[in-house]
Amino acid sequence: MEQLFFWMLAAGLLISAITVVAVRNPVTNAVCLVSTLVFEAALFITLEATFMAAVQVIVYAGAVMVLFLFVIMLLDVRVEVLGKISWLKIVGVGLVLLLALVGLPKLSSVFPFAGEALHWGHAKVPGTAQDLGHLLFSAYGPLFLTTGVLLLVATVGVVVLCRRDTEA
Amino acid sequence: MGGEITLGHYLVLSGALFLIGLAGVVLRRSLLVVMMSLELLLNAANLALVAVGRFQGIPDPQVAVFFVITVAAAEAALGLAILVAIFRIKKTTAADQMASLRF
Repeated sequence: MEQLFFWMLAAGLLISAITVVAVRNPVTNAVCLVSTLVFEAALFITLEATFMAAVQVIVYAGAVMVLFLFVIMLLDVRVEVLGKISWLKIVGVGLVLLLALVGLPKLSSVFPFAGEALHWGHAKVPGTAQDLGHLLFSAYGPLFLTTGVLLLVATVGVVVLCRRDTEA
Repeated sequence: MGGEITLGHYLVLSGALFLIGLAGVVLRRSLLVVMMSLELLLNAANLALVAVGRFQGIPDPQVAVFFVITVAAAEAALGLAILVAIFRIKKTTAADQMASLRF
């Protein structure tokens, strides 16, 4: 059962991620990114991180992607025309991909615990809202408050950046 | 296909997702798609964090993912605001058209 779900979700994740990068229509890109994020949320559930899966769907696939789609509609972006193809870039990326294809499995098997098999129902720490909330408001309290300041600064920054000068 | 799913499987999947995002950042010209590829990079890191946390039996990586999602939201909002501001002046989102500082 674990195998079936992992391979199905992994295939879906990679196919939609490739579509995000490869397709030239911005709306298709954004919708495929939503599907990538939902597949990742499903993978979080197979890792028994249920609360993070919910946050992923609500915040990422919901809020952030609506922002992207809103900007695409606002800018009225057409299908991208193909520009000069830089062979140097393509060869570089191809080389890195080839290197990674060989290196990734080796690199990840060096990691401690890498060979440990996944069995559902044996998670040592259940990722529920209660556990994470406890940690968030005790050990990570100062960081949590700092994140609030960051979001405030980002909001003010966005308003300042997008304001049109009415006096000038 | 055979064999059990291990932490290594999740790490390789996360690495593959990261590489796809990296190819998008380097190869695409539209800044919108570059920003979407940046989201792919952050999600690859999130997947690795949650997987490691599950197998090591510690909840801290999930809290880290929580912060990554928050910072990614702020990054997306600011990046898109800058994109809208540039679009008003340049009427394009292509990255290679933005060479005003080059001489």
